[in-house]
Amino acid sequence: MEASSFTPRLPAPAVRPLAAIRRVTGRWGLLVALAALPVYYGIRDLTHGYAAGAIHGHALIHHDLSRLGVNVVEGLSNGAIWALIAIGYTLVYGIIELINFAHGDVFMIGSFTAAGFWGTLGLGLATGPLGLVVGLIATLIVSMLVCGSLNVLIERVAYRPLRGAPKLAPLITAVGFSFILQNVGLLWLGGSPQGVNDLVHQSQTVFTISGVPIQRGYLLALLVMIPLVLGLAWFITNTRPGRAMRATAQDPEAARLMGIDVNRTISLTFLLGGMLAGAAGLVYALYETNIWYFQGFEAGLIAFTAAVMGGIGNVRGAVLGGLIIGVIQSLSDSRMGPQWTEAVVFGYLIVIMILRPRGLLGEETREAG
Amino acid sequence: MSELAAQLREWREAIGARLPPWWSRGLAATAIFIGIVLPFFFSQNSGFMNATIIAVAFAVMSLGLNVVVGFAGLLDLGYVAFYALGAYALGWFGSSFFFQAHVHVGVSGVAATEIGVHLNFVLILIAAAAICAIAGMLIGLPTLRLRGDYIAIVTLAFGEIIDRVAVNGQSVHVGGGMTLTAGNLGISAVDSPSFPGIGQFNLLDLRPWYWLILAILFVVLFVNLRLRDSRLGRAWVALREDEVAAVSMGIPSVRTKLSAYAIGAMFGGMSGAFLGTYYTEVNAGQFQFGFSIFILAMVIIGGLGSIWGAVVGGLLLGYINNYLIPDVLNDLPSKLGLNFSTTTIEYGIFGFLLVLVMVLRPQGLIPERRRRMEMTAEIAAEDAQLVESTVP
Repeated sequence: MEASSFTPRLPAPAVRPLAAIRRVTGRWGLLVALAALPVYYGIRDLTHGYAAGAIHGHALIHHDLSRLGVNVVEGLSNGAIWALIAIGYTLVYGIIELINFAHGDVFMIGSFTAAGFWGTLGLGLATGPLGLVVGLIATLIVSMLVCGSLNVLIERVAYRPLRGAPKLAPLITAVGFSFILQNVGLLWLGGSPQGVNDLVHQSQTVFTISGVPIQRGYLLALLVMIPLVLGLAWFITNTRPGRAMRATAQDPEAARLMGIDVNRTISLTFLLGGMLAGAAGLVYALYETNIWYFQGFEAGLIAFTAAVMGGIGNVRGAVLGGLIIGVIQSLSDSRMGPQWTEAVVFGYLIVIMILRPRGLLGEETREAG
Repeated sequence: MSELAAQLREWREAIGARLPPWWSRGLAATAIFIGIVLPFFFSQNSGFMNATIIAVAFAVMSLGLNVVVGFAGLLDLGYVAFYALGAYALGWFGSSFFFQAHVHVGVSGVAATEIGVHLNFVLILIAAAAICAIAGMLIGLPTLRLRGDYIAIVTLAFGEIIDRVAVNGQSVHVGGGMTLTAGNLGISAVDSPSFPGIGQFNLLDLRPWYWLILAILFVVLFVNLRLRDSRLGRAWVALREDEVAAVSMGIPSVRTKLSAYAIGAMFGGMSGAFLGTYYTEVNAGQFQFGFSIFILAMVIIGGLGSIWGAVVGGLLLGYINNYLIPDVLNDLPSKLGLNFSTTTIEYGIFGFLLVLVMVLRPQGLIPERRRRMEMTAEIAAEDAQLVESTVP
């Protein structure tokens, strides 16, 4: 009894101020950094107020948090699109450790396919609600299938022949395919942004929560994103192919020895990533109501950043990263001006990388072991 | 396929066995000689010379990035930042952009009478190298704890931030009504280099420009070759191959990595300053993410970590982008009776070539010696040993 309850008295750890500071920043720094922007602007709105329209020529100054609420809600719905794309990056990175630069452009093709397909179906502003829902679901399926197969095709042509080659070689073929797809988009719809029909009337307010109008576009983005992400999570954790994916991500050699068809599993990963990108493409077209060939490049950059921010290889991390980036973007758009948004997002990325070198939720890759 | 490859390797070895031991040095000397006399075969302002000058400038950047990515193994996706900083060093110190200042050092002619800061081009090169070295170390700092592709994204972020600052620099005031950059309007009317005995460079005669950038290339090449075999160069390779082992052997990780960033950035800045004066303006539109990828493609296509590969990759992609696609291929469709110009599918062609080269030759055009050994001889030897040791 006596012996088992005896614990050796360890020498008290020496208090080193630098280490203490580091520990505190390690634990709280990230939270502070992420909360800094919304808290600052929230306090500013409450104390200084903001102009919300004008009555009889006098600026109407509000002192509440609803502007911040609008920013956050808008950011979350925007972030839902980034999250869908980011999952594609993170899945592919997790399994073959490749930054799939062509992924953003697959998403762009998804938008183009969706807009083209609903045009073919004859969906227009005059279509009734039932036709619209059925038509859009059909469009969603088509654009997911097109993007999924496109992604599989790219993997087959550009990445599979390079398995076993130096690690950066597939990166260059990915860039090559990104350029090719951009060119396809350029030839398809021309070099300037094209407006598409605002089928769902995305800016129409559905209801208002304490001064924050919830628009149809917001609901659409979240309604598409949440079931798809839950479905994907279920697929990865609960099915045999999903298990094969996780096994391959951990150790492709061992997975192969266990009888997993590694090539097919990798193809499946690209299929899933591409399908989510296709869904994101449709949502983007409906939400932004204009599409152009360069959207994929920009979105890809943001989504990849989101994937890294959340911890690469980690699906939940990618979703979280996407949502956070969406909120940062909309705050910066509305408060600092859209021309600085990119710099703010990337500044945040660097801060997060310094404070938490493995991303918010930790990475899930081979090297992380 | 593999038989063909084996046959090719056999031939190559047979040729290699017959060539005298000095042949690679001889080849290099011939290439350098051809490089120096090249302008005499073309008119003073031919399109080919223009493409060559830009291609050589790209090769300098490619050499710089090769130090970071090839030698030290730190994937840098934001190299365009150093192009931008080098070009802005030229814009700041070699034009009338800072109109409140009156600084003239080592300049003559028109530049000596204008307002603004006007330094001699050599001083600007040094300034560009210094600014970029500091910036390179600054971006290196947050990546020290990171590994692999996290470094890539942080450098990418840095490149994008520099790009944004360049584009929006008009709204950043530095005092006296002067702004940081001229954004998309560009800092125009920058000084062209002038040297005693040669006079002011102008765009009607491209030869002096060519020799200038060739001289820069030779200096950078020499520094690269010496660095590769130096203590520092071997430390980079050791860190690249196995960081834990390298650090436990006493290699100072922080200093070694930061010096790779600084040296790589310096070369990018020098090339950027040259391109700034050669394009006669410094426009924020030049510094987009795609350019970082373009330079990275040069390094990888040439063969990661291979100095001659970086030069060849830089020249190759430079020529493809500035000569083959706009000048040679442009009227091909019309000759074939097709009604479109090649410039509309320029990106597609470029992308297709990238895919093609990498699929056919994943190790790059001229692989680094160490990597080549890894990929062929050593593995074969290991396999043979393995067979020997397992067969009783």
